[in-house]
Amino acid sequence: MAALHEPGFVFRHRETLLRIAIPILVVVCLVLLWQVLVTATGVPQYILPGPGAVALALVKDWGTLSPALWVTTKITMSALALALVGGVGIAVFLVQSKWIETAFYPIAVILQVTPIVAIAPLILIYAPTTQVALLICAFLVAFFPILSNMVQGLKSVDHNLLNLFDLYGASRWQTLIYLKLPASLPYFMTGLRIGGGLSLIAAVVAEFAAGSAGAGSGLAFRLLEAQYRLNIPRLFAALILLSALGVVIFGITSFIAWLGLHRWHESSIRREN
Amino acid sequence: MTETDAPLPPASHKRPLVVMRNVSKSFSSGTLALSDMSLTVQGGEFVSLLGPSGCGKSTALRIIAGLGDVSTGEIDWPSSRINSKGLPEGDISFVFQEPTLMPWQTVFGNVYLPLRLAGVSKAAARENIMTSLDMVGLKDFADAYPRELSGGMKMRVSIARALVTKPKLLLMDEPFAALDEITRQKLNDDVLRLWRETGITVIFVTHSVFESAYLSNRIVVMKARPGRVHADFPLSTSLDRGPLYRSSEEYRATCEKVSHSLMEAIGFPLADGMEMH
Repeated sequence: MAALHEPGFVFRHRETLLRIAIPILVVVCLVLLWQVLVTATGVPQYILPGPGAVALALVKDWGTLSPALWVTTKITMSALALALVGGVGIAVFLVQSKWIETAFYPIAVILQVTPIVAIAPLILIYAPTTQVALLICAFLVAFFPILSNMVQGLKSVDHNLLNLFDLYGASRWQTLIYLKLPASLPYFMTGLRIGGGLSLIAAVVAEFAAGSAGAGSGLAFRLLEAQYRLNIPRLFAALILLSALGVVIFGITSFIAWLGLHRWHESSIRREN
Repeated sequence: MTETDAPLPPASHKRPLVVMRNVSKSFSSGTLALSDMSLTVQGGEFVSLLGPSGCGKSTALRIIAGLGDVSTGEIDWPSSRINSKGLPEGDISFVFQEPTLMPWQTVFGNVYLPLRLAGVSKAAARENIMTSLDMVGLKDFADAYPRELSGGMKMRVSIARALVTKPKLLLMDEPFAALDEITRQKLNDDVLRLWRETGITVIFVTHSVFESAYLSNRIVVMKARPGRVHADFPLSTSLDRGPLYRSSEEYRATCEKVSHSLMEAIGFPLADGMEMH
């Protein structure tokens, strides 16, 4: 029976399987090519290590890299969480009246268009610890896409639905909870996905700028440190951990977006024609 | 002919529900949408507001709903409780041209909305919601999301939502304009049946002579630029309208009479008829 089931399963899911198998195959080929090229050309390890050396560094230096990974993860996640609360909260505040928006939105835009890395030195002066400074930088960067998407979402509510809520005498609070917030969920999810990616980038860039050291330092510092010491395999290992963290964040935010939208929003529904 | 299947609620019958006195409405752009319109709607009536685009029929309906102020004149709802904002409370429902459903809510959640906003718990509202859904034939679709429904079904959900508060007055703004002819005729029959069964008063905005002649027992023809009442036809109170009515002499005569009036209203016969459009 199992033998009869097996080909049926593969056949039914062959598109899904291929979708997973093909990218894996491509990555494996590229890694093999990398190893072959490194071996064939004899490039020294301090210029380009092979994937084997990188994997070895990942295992050997796990004691140094894993606390750094944890620090970077913590900063990124806390920054994203703060940005979500702040972005949504301030967006709700901004759309309460035209005057509030007129007064405050330009400030938000000015802050947004200013490259945050340029503010980093200032933040380093004012923040009590380097960790807090990194957190503030990552927060500022992740905050604006969430804010501007939320403002856009809260303002894009179907006018007929707003009329309907007025007609039934909905309070401002009810309109917010039952109409405006759910209606802006797709915009929020876009903000979340952009903000998730940006908060990691900002956490790394801010650490480059801050140049922190010692026990509390994150992956970006370990990366720089490895470069100074010409420990290129470790640099690659740190890089791999960073991109893995990015992938995980992307996966989580995409999954949250799917959870929130898949039953009703067009963006999460497979076209049926 | 005068007897009906269900007794009509006497309370709302033969009493004015809406009184508009010399109402004008101009928008901030300077357009005069409605000029000096007076209209009294009695309980139990099925009134169609018929006219070309720009005749202010939708504006009139919104004013009757309490959505938007009047520029001059006054509007009153003599049989309704009036809230602190000077608007009638709970007695009026509106069906828009689009179904206007919340896509993130199920059919049940959408119909629950007016009661939820009134602070009724889901458990207490359930029976009312299911009754409303039953009236429009969607009892089995309570858990479906709007995107899973056809255009006609979405419109039915919209009607069920309007009925769930048991309103005295149902306002419909070209509700079936976007539907195909067959769906539209079916929904027309459903609205007639609901009107008969519940004794609700309906004001129905349309630009179709045939639709208004089929549905209403009073047709108000409106004229454009600025919007005002052109003619007011009380029709026979015959409630016995089914699909056969469409081929009756009475229906034909009504259509003819109303068509003529509508042509007058839009200035027909027109050599420059093209320009009107």
